[in-house]
Amino acid sequence: MALSNVLEPAGSGFNFENSTRNIVLENGSEEGKIKAPKPMKTGTTIAGVVYKDGVVLGADTRATSEEVVADKMCAKIHYIAPNIYCCGAGTAADTEKTTDMLSSNLTIFSMNSGRNPRVVMAVNILQDMLFRYRGMIGAHLILGGVDCTGSHLYTVGPYGSMDKVPYLAMGSGKLPAMGILEDRFKGNMDLEEAKALVSDAIHAGIMSDLGSGNNIDLCVITKEGVDYIRPHRESIYNYKRQAKYKYKPGTTPVLNKTVNQLELVHETVQMMETAGSS
Amino acid sequence: MNTRGLRSQLKDSVPVTGLCPQAGSYGVQDSLRRGFSSVKNELLPSHPLELSEKNFQLNQDKMNFNTLRNIQGLHAPLKLQMEYRAARQIQRLPFLPSSNLALDTLRGTDDSIGFEDILNDPVLSEIMGDPHIMTEYKLGVL
Repeated sequence: MALSNVLEPAGSGFNFENSTRNIVLENGSEEGKIKAPKPMKTGTTIAGVVYKDGVVLGADTRATSEEVVADKMCAKIHYIAPNIYCCGAGTAADTEKTTDMLSSNLTIFSMNSGRNPRVVMAVNILQDMLFRYRGMIGAHLILGGVDCTGSHLYTVGPYGSMDKVPYLAMGSGKLPAMGILEDRFKGNMDLEEAKALVSDAIHAGIMSDLGSGNNIDLCVITKEGVDYIRPHRESIYNYKRQAKYKYKPGTTPVLNKTVNQLELVHETVQMMETAGSS
Repeated sequence: MNTRGLRSQLKDSVPVTGLCPQAGSYGVQDSLRRGFSSVKNELLPSHPLELSEKNFQLNQDKMNFNTLRNIQGLHAPLKLQMEYRAARQIQRLPFLPSSNLALDTLRGTDDSIGFEDILNDPVLSEIMGDPHIMTEYKLGVL
């Protein structure tokens, strides 16, 4: 019997059919080894700080694909809910998709219950989802938001670990950023101080880490609303193109021109019997 | 999340040997997709998540029903499982995708979005089984 494997319908969700094939391809014989393409990572510096009236989140804007900068103006601060934003480090596609799904789930929840979601709810959903996939989803996230219980800043790791702290940095540039934050963080800062602190922390990450660079984005979340400042500080190395590289029409000279007239030799009309006609 | 009693549930899950049937079309080894056949390939899943994903919903349900039984007594999971079985029987013909609306409402997955709603949605599947063969298989006439 042909196609005996279609007797049961395919399941929804992740499909692991090709994993055996991939393993065989990667561990092939010495000449036949094929390397899988590497996913685009964000190689990031992201940071967050809780201040007097809310939360300030910051991120750089470089996305790398191995040694090449894939995106110079990547948006790493993702919208989750009107009062919750999330910075994502790790594999770019994973952070995008995870935050998209989280945002959809929270929207459905707020439509169902008529309430604004709390930050703990977003964190719990993320933890469950990431733990279920045992770290295969490479998303290192910093969630910040202001809800009815106050301002909160959480980090969620790719294996589902969670931490609640007043100041945080994640990503490949987190060590230099953490240094700045540890040195200058105080409780109950005001807005300008907090923005300067986060901006300097990201700047330290950009200077000391190859995977972070270009501009700095900031996102200020308060009870009244959100201020998404993109970009907050632009890189001084943003060069403009020196000339236009588009070719004007008529740049290519026409050398000669030949015209072949096609003549109509024979024309036949054939009536077809269709089901509609009698 | 309740992890008590997880060990006792594992023995009832989908057996590993049912995991990768090596027969492709015409009942012959499908070397392109499944690699060369060997006992090791058939015994273990190739991806660490394959087994846990296959059994995830089953295990969740079992844990939840066990907790419910411990808290409220045997009647609670019994009544719920009766409803689940009734809802699971509402299906279209075997070769058409069913919406499973009643089952989703009972489970509470009708107002949440997971990877099973985005990836490989059966409604958008490009392959359809042969209607006659699938119905005969379902009715046991095959």
